[in-house]
Amino acid sequence: MDSSKVPEEKLTRTTTVQETVPESVEPPVPRSMPKLNKSPLHGLWALTLRDLRKWYTNPYQLLISLIQPVVWLGIFGKALNFGTFISQSGASPAVQNQILLSTFGTKSYFSFLSVGMLASIILFTAAFSGMSVVFDRRFGFLNKALSTPVSRGAIVVSKVLQSGVRSLIQAGMVLLIAVVLGMDVSNFSVIGLLGAFTLLFFMGFALSSLFVTLALRSSDWQTQMAIINLLNLPLLFASNALFPVKIMPTWLQYVVKFNPVSYAIDGARQLLLGTAGVPSGIYNPLWLDFTVITAFAVALTAVGVVMSWKLLTK
Amino acid sequence: MMPNQRDTKPVSKAIVEVEGLTKTYDGKFKAVDGVSFQIEEGEIFGFLGPNGAGKSTTINMLTTLLSPSSGQAVVCGFDVHKHANDVRRNVGIVPQEYTADEDMTGMANILLCADLYGIPRSDSKPHAMELLNLVELQDAANRKVKTYSGGMRRRLELACGLINYPKLLFMDEPTLGLDVQTRAAVWKYIRMLKQEYHMTLFLTTHYLEEADSLCDRIAIIDHGHIIKIGTPTELKDGIGGDVIVVGVADGEVDLSPDIGKLELVKEVKKNGNEYRIKAESGEEASPQIMDLIRSKGLHVTKISLTKPSLDEAYLELTGRTLREEETNRWATMSQRITMARARS
Repeated sequence: MDSSKVPEEKLTRTTTVQETVPESVEPPVPRSMPKLNKSPLHGLWALTLRDLRKWYTNPYQLLISLIQPVVWLGIFGKALNFGTFISQSGASPAVQNQILLSTFGTKSYFSFLSVGMLASIILFTAAFSGMSVVFDRRFGFLNKALSTPVSRGAIVVSKVLQSGVRSLIQAGMVLLIAVVLGMDVSNFSVIGLLGAFTLLFFMGFALSSLFVTLALRSSDWQTQMAIINLLNLPLLFASNALFPVKIMPTWLQYVVKFNPVSYAIDGARQLLLGTAGVPSGIYNPLWLDFTVITAFAVALTAVGVVMSWKLLTK
Repeated sequence: MMPNQRDTKPVSKAIVEVEGLTKTYDGKFKAVDGVSFQIEEGEIFGFLGPNGAGKSTTINMLTTLLSPSSGQAVVCGFDVHKHANDVRRNVGIVPQEYTADEDMTGMANILLCADLYGIPRSDSKPHAMELLNLVELQDAANRKVKTYSGGMRRRLELACGLINYPKLLFMDEPTLGLDVQTRAAVWKYIRMLKQEYHMTLFLTTHYLEEADSLCDRIAIIDHGHIIKIGTPTELKDGIGGDVIVVGVADGEVDLSPDIGKLELVKEVKKNGNEYRIKAESGEEASPQIMDLIRSKGLHVTKISLTKPSLDEAYLELTGRTLREEETNRWATMSQRITMARARS
């Protein structure tokens, strides 16, 4: 409005502006707020990237997380040689293969266990996603995030998403290790791999939502550890990850049927190991596996987001 | 927004209006009990009280981290309950704890804060550098926060709190656990924000000298209640004047009635050879008292004048000194972590 107005950038703190500028001009203040990006995805992406960056800049964490599946595969999987077990009882190779196929859906127990281990590493990664909420609360970062307008749901979903991405990469590494150690690759296909990893990703998403939701109010990592131990081993053992459902007692078979982890593993086994020569009744139909896992993921993520609105503001 | 209040003081208007704010835990324990106050635009307002008095709870309600059990709070023109996101966009927060992510650099931490506000990188990058310059952390911008000292972390928190161009900045115990130099630096920044950026500041502290030297107005809070609000001078004047202690060579003669007759003197107590006198204006009263004693033929052996400190005002108002109060386990632990990290 005034032709003698000093350009903005010259209004530094040391300049005496009173003489050249009308009195109404405010003393130099920081630039005003720019146009904001109010999309919830903006904050979600920033939070997810923060966790992922912390993960991939720390290679030790990745290596340590791979130790457990390697021990399971390399020692447990190799030691439990069901083929020798059966052939020692005098069965011919043809009978041996028949018994293995009708029990495990594959001729090699190691391959059977490998798919279980893919699910196992996802289960453990998901379990610790709750831990990261506890530490964020503990170290104040959660409060910092809560004091910004970022969507409460984005805080929860970012934890779930980062865990999902991490578990996919870790599962990929476990698969590589399994192949190196002797997993049957004769039935691998691009569609099979994509399908199997989609199932595993959804399972990871669902389980992370569960653990993150359980951790929303917690500032105590010991409790969180207890919850992880309480849920993790039952979810693993009461599933088809290590042993086929068929050989379990009837009551346990019912538990396995209610455990969503079983459906992801069931689908992944069909897609990775093939179904040729496998008697019917070993596997669920694929559509059922996908439906159960997708429903499980959608339901638990929805619960997590709704709970975040309630639990994050006290 | 508030047309009825404009007429009295056209320049300053309330940026925070709190009415009957209460936070009840578990249906019984009232951490904050019916607190009401106003903060004018451009002032430094301090909450002074012991640990567990309700300072942080109040700040957490005003910054939307806690929802009030009852009462109302309007911050920057928005109700904290109904328009939480608008409040969040307009205020900055420097929390009591160190909230920065230790595994990230100082710069990355500020940029992450900016992202959470939805500030585009085209703006937040240059602004973050400006803020790091402001708090003199430009050389450490690309170092991981775990290599920072306590003072540097505190300054980084301050820079993070300013990234969204707040009109109002909340600082919860800004100097907790800091050494003397860093405390002085933080005080310098606080004054600068007020004077040069015309920001309104709300800070909580349990250091009396901090409240005294920084705040335009102080609310003394204890057990969830505001006991008194006023300028530091008003609070100090409230305790009834300066204290003059005069030593006299001969303690036999009692001059108390004569001294008590002086106009400025409010109260006299004789204690052996010493008189302890409360007077309205100590500087003017003490020469008069000396003249009076000499006129009676006695020697003054010593004289001291003490201005009332906020410490005494606090003692007078609450009946106790500021000391560590028993608080809940979590609050205590969190504060210990903060203090331990401040010293690192």
